[in-house]
Amino acid sequence: MDPILIHLIKIVGVVGVLLFICAYIVLAERRICAFIQDRLGPNRVGIPIWIRKDGRAIQIGACWALGQPIIDALKAILKEDFVPGHVNKFYFWLGPMLVMAPALMVWAAIPFGSTLCGVPMIVADINVGILFVFAIASLGVYGIVLGGWASNSKYPFLGGVRSSAQLISYELCLGLSVIPLFMQVGSLRLTEVVRWQTEHLWLICYPWNWLPAIIYVASSFAETNRAPFDLPEAEQELAGGYNTEYSSMKFAMFFLAEYANMITASALLAVLFLGGWHLPFVPVSGGIAVGIAHICIFLAKVCALALVFIWVRWTVPRVRYDQLMGLGWKVFLPLALVSILIAGLAIVAGWSPS
Amino acid sequence: MADNPTTPTPAAEMVNATINGIKVQVPKGTNLIEAGQRVGVFVPHYCYHKKLAISGNCRMCLVEVGGPMRGPDGKPVLNPDGTTKVTMAPRLSIGCNTQVTEGMVVVTNSPAVQQAQNSVMEFFLINHPLDCPICDQAGECKLQEYSVEFGKDASRFREEKVHKPKQVDLGLRVMLDDERCILCSRCIRFMRDVAKDDCLGFTNRGSHTTLTCWPGKKLAGNYSLNTVDLCPVGALTDKDFRFKMRVWFLKETKSICTSCATGCNIVIWSRENVVYRQTPRENDAVNECWMCDAGRHNYKHINAASRLKKAFVSGKETSYADALKQLAPKLKAALADRTSVAFVGSARATNEELYLFSMLAKGSVSDCVPRTWDGDSFLVNADRNPNSAGAKIFNVAAAPMGSKFAAIADGIKAGKIKTLVVHQEDVTRRGIGADLLAKLSLLLVVDFRPTETTKAAHFVLPGVTYAEKRGTFTNAKGRVQRVWPAVSLGGEERSDWEIFRDLLRETGQPDRFADIVALFADMAANVKPFAGLSLEKIGDGGVQLG
Amino acid sequence: MRIERKPLTIWERLYLPAIISGMMLTFSHLFRKKVTLRYPEQKPEIPPGYRGQPVLVKDEDGRVKCVACQLCEFVCPPRAIRIKPMAYPDNAKYKKVEKTPDEFEIDMIRCIFCGYCEEVCPEQAIFLRGPYSVTGLSRKDMMFNKEKLLELGGTMPDPIKKWQKK
Ligand code: SF4
Ligand code: SF4
Ligand code: SF4
Ligand code: SF4
Ligand code: FES
Repeated sequence: MDPILIHLIKIVGVVGVLLFICAYIVLAERRICAFIQDRLGPNRVGIPIWIRKDGRAIQIGACWALGQPIIDALKAILKEDFVPGHVNKFYFWLGPMLVMAPALMVWAAIPFGSTLCGVPMIVADINVGILFVFAIASLGVYGIVLGGWASNSKYPFLGGVRSSAQLISYELCLGLSVIPLFMQVGSLRLTEVVRWQTEHLWLICYPWNWLPAIIYVASSFAETNRAPFDLPEAEQELAGGYNTEYSSMKFAMFFLAEYANMITASALLAVLFLGGWHLPFVPVSGGIAVGIAHICIFLAKVCALALVFIWVRWTVPRVRYDQLMGLGWKVFLPLALVSILIAGLAIVAGWSPS
Repeated sequence: MADNPTTPTPAAEMVNATINGIKVQVPKGTNLIEAGQRVGVFVPHYCYHKKLAISGNCRMCLVEVGGPMRGPDGKPVLNPDGTTKVTMAPRLSIGCNTQVTEGMVVVTNSPAVQQAQNSVMEFFLINHPLDCPICDQAGECKLQEYSVEFGKDASRFREEKVHKPKQVDLGLRVMLDDERCILCSRCIRFMRDVAKDDCLGFTNRGSHTTLTCWPGKKLAGNYSLNTVDLCPVGALTDKDFRFKMRVWFLKETKSICTSCATGCNIVIWSRENVVYRQTPRENDAVNECWMCDAGRHNYKHINAASRLKKAFVSGKETSYADALKQLAPKLKAALADRTSVAFVGSARATNEELYLFSMLAKGSVSDCVPRTWDGDSFLVNADRNPNSAGAKIFNVAAAPMGSKFAAIADGIKAGKIKTLVVHQEDVTRRGIGADLLAKLSLLLVVDFRPTETTKAAHFVLPGVTYAEKRGTFTNAKGRVQRVWPAVSLGGEERSDWEIFRDLLRETGQPDRFADIVALFADMAANVKPFAGLSLEKIGDGGVQLG
Repeated sequence: MRIERKPLTIWERLYLPAIISGMMLTFSHLFRKKVTLRYPEQKPEIPPGYRGQPVLVKDEDGRVKCVACQLCEFVCPPRAIRIKPMAYPDNAKYKKVEKTPDEFEIDMIRCIFCGYCEEVCPEQAIFLRGPYSVTGLSRKDMMFNKEKLLELGGTMPDPIKKWQKK
């Protein structure tokens, strides 16, 4: 087959699946948050479940409200796309695009499966994969800053500024926390990282990788603007944050990008620490069935991790801004450096298999 | 009648007294309630009314009274420090029928007095029905007010109450509820002494005493409704006002009655631009505390559904501005030949309106409609126009009033008079029939209600009633008194003086009346009898013209 | 009052244990019984004495207890109430009571359900009672007239029967 065609199919597939998961992760978030708060959450737009009682049909619920994302999307599209008069129109439009585009682009370098019919399940297997991912992901902050600035209104502006400060700070910890892994693997190529884990144990299994894992998880919460680090959109202080002035589809893009980022972070976590598409007792290579199984394993890991993101959000309260900065610069940064040292020691001492 | 009878004439002999420790000097013969009022001490009372004979039967006004102690030699006994020794009377006295004497000491707030007031209130209430929710007096009821101030919080009366007739029809306009009557006899005294129509009285005894009309009589005179004002409770109610509206919703606007030339001072009670009742306002120079029933009920036209709220051109409704625009050139052309124009003014208009009307009518024939029939010896004047005096001052009325109507009619018939301007009158009832009106080339009517004349008019401009405008009236005795706007219908209608001002302006006269104050000042400067007056000087009570 | 703030122990300063125990707690909530009421299908149980919307009541003889004293009209803070009183006609069964509302309107858009009308009523004629779902498709729908208010109110026995003793 034409390699360009194959690439196109892969791109469309990845983006499609990603957006699909995004939509349903939003629903999952709303349902889980409701359940944690002893509520039911959205339960009206689904396949209804009826029971007969006292000779009357009573709807007792609906099948997980599976229609909700469709309705939400429809609603977002049908809402008036209101552009306030005082904004800088060009950047106001650019903001949401700049947020959404990187969130999708990073998936180019993420291996979401082994091979299927001999085709590697990655869009672009570049040798500096992780650098590409971090570089593109950090572009998202421009969208947020632009959106906040172009809104020409103080709360979005403050939200944008906070966001950039936060992202820049945690970018550092994020980068440092994964260095030990590549020291052990010896390559920045993400397919290589996964392959290394199929040959040895998952990286999380080595005790010196636990500290980097914790730092990585916490930092990715901060990077994706998720609670407990969702300061850029702290409603109580900022009347909504950088997206206050946005409505309709533009708002939905910000909203979706947040979830896309969350899924990207989960995927990276799975690739880096949890063996990517690998699962013990599942053959590392084989026919179509094995290929598909690998994709499914990977998706399952991503979804499970995304659920953890949600679970954390509805458990942990938001930190203060000074705590956020203190944590990033005074705790995670030194700890990340220390963990690099420890990993180096482990390699030198020969504890690490490579 | 003196302007203010409470100001003592210097000749009156003054006596000194102390009320609740406050020194007061009053003319001899003043009773304790009035004396207390001068120094701000309030003595509660039901049966006493300053314009009525004293009967002293309610016992609400009990106070402690004392005076200088006198020794066996008849001389005042002195305290060791040289002041006069005071002895208090062993029992309380009624304030309404006790006159101030030299050196008198009055106490109205001692425990004894308070206990007496408390007990009197309890007696009043033992047989009183729990009618307040349906009683029209609620809100202005002396029994309610004193209960709060001087009464007990709960009743100790456990027996069956005495029941008396309710919903008794006393006459044309008054309804009586005997259970609510506290037997103060104010109504009886008013009808006997003031209205000179002795028709009410008490029958039976003790708790069963009942107010009623003497056999064969009815409370039906033209002053019967003053008993409703006098009644301190809800025993006597005005059938017209009965169950219409609660008094606490009503806005009070000072005004004067325009039903005859006496010009009784009144209060207009309205809510949300609807007039509900009129009551007399005290003015000893005009009507004391009273007014006649006819005047009191003469307010229905104010909120009548038929009121004109728009201008009309040849019977078609239009806006005021548009009508004025169409009218101006025609009126200006007509006024070029003053002899071809006739004016019918109104002796029911205010002085200011008549002043402007006279400016419009200068050089043309003008007259007003006289309304004279029987008056009485009390308030009602034979002249039912409220401002005949003003119409004469401003020469809007002919002498005698109404004598020019025949001439105007003849002028129209002969084709000499082609334009007629009418203010608030229906000339078809004064000899200028619809056939004559049809011959006119321009008929302009300023009125607030539709009449045969407005039907025939080429132009109708919507005016207002006395309850919607500011202005002054001159009564039969030459007293100038003010009215204030109580309601507003919210249509295109406007004060008649504004309409005349607009007409003057449109026909080329200088526009110099920005508001009623400027208009009055102009009038005071140009019309002799009003020289030196201003609306402010006339105030609430009015001013007698020189 | 002063609250002693003890310095955190190393274990507490790690935060992770606290976060994990918190997550266990929220996890357990996933499986608890839900409190949500599925509203239009399931209706809440209205306890007696519930203060819903203002309504007019009749006594056990079917007499409209309101005597149109207009105190509620006066006290109503948003001026939601409009009353037109009238005298009972001469042949009426309750002529004794003399006065009754001819029109009694409550503008449910204006009403703030404060209950002042109930408190002020000298005749125990107006109550905030059960009906809680006050909806309409137009302003006119939300003007509740006498008949509607009486229908919603039903009967409220009158222990005093003061008018019978007149
Ligand atoms: S007379 Fe006064 S106290 Fe008696 S029922 Fe009427 S308002 Fe109440
Ligand atoms: S009806 Fe009124 S004014 Fe007449 S005696 Fe009774 S309480 Fe007094
Ligand atoms: S509940 Fe309050 S707002 Fe509503 S009608 Fe009664 S007094 Fe008025
Ligand atoms: S307060 Fe009671 S009796 Fe009076 S008008 Fe209102 S509902 Fe009727
Ligand atoms: S006022 Fe004095 S006894 Fe009535």
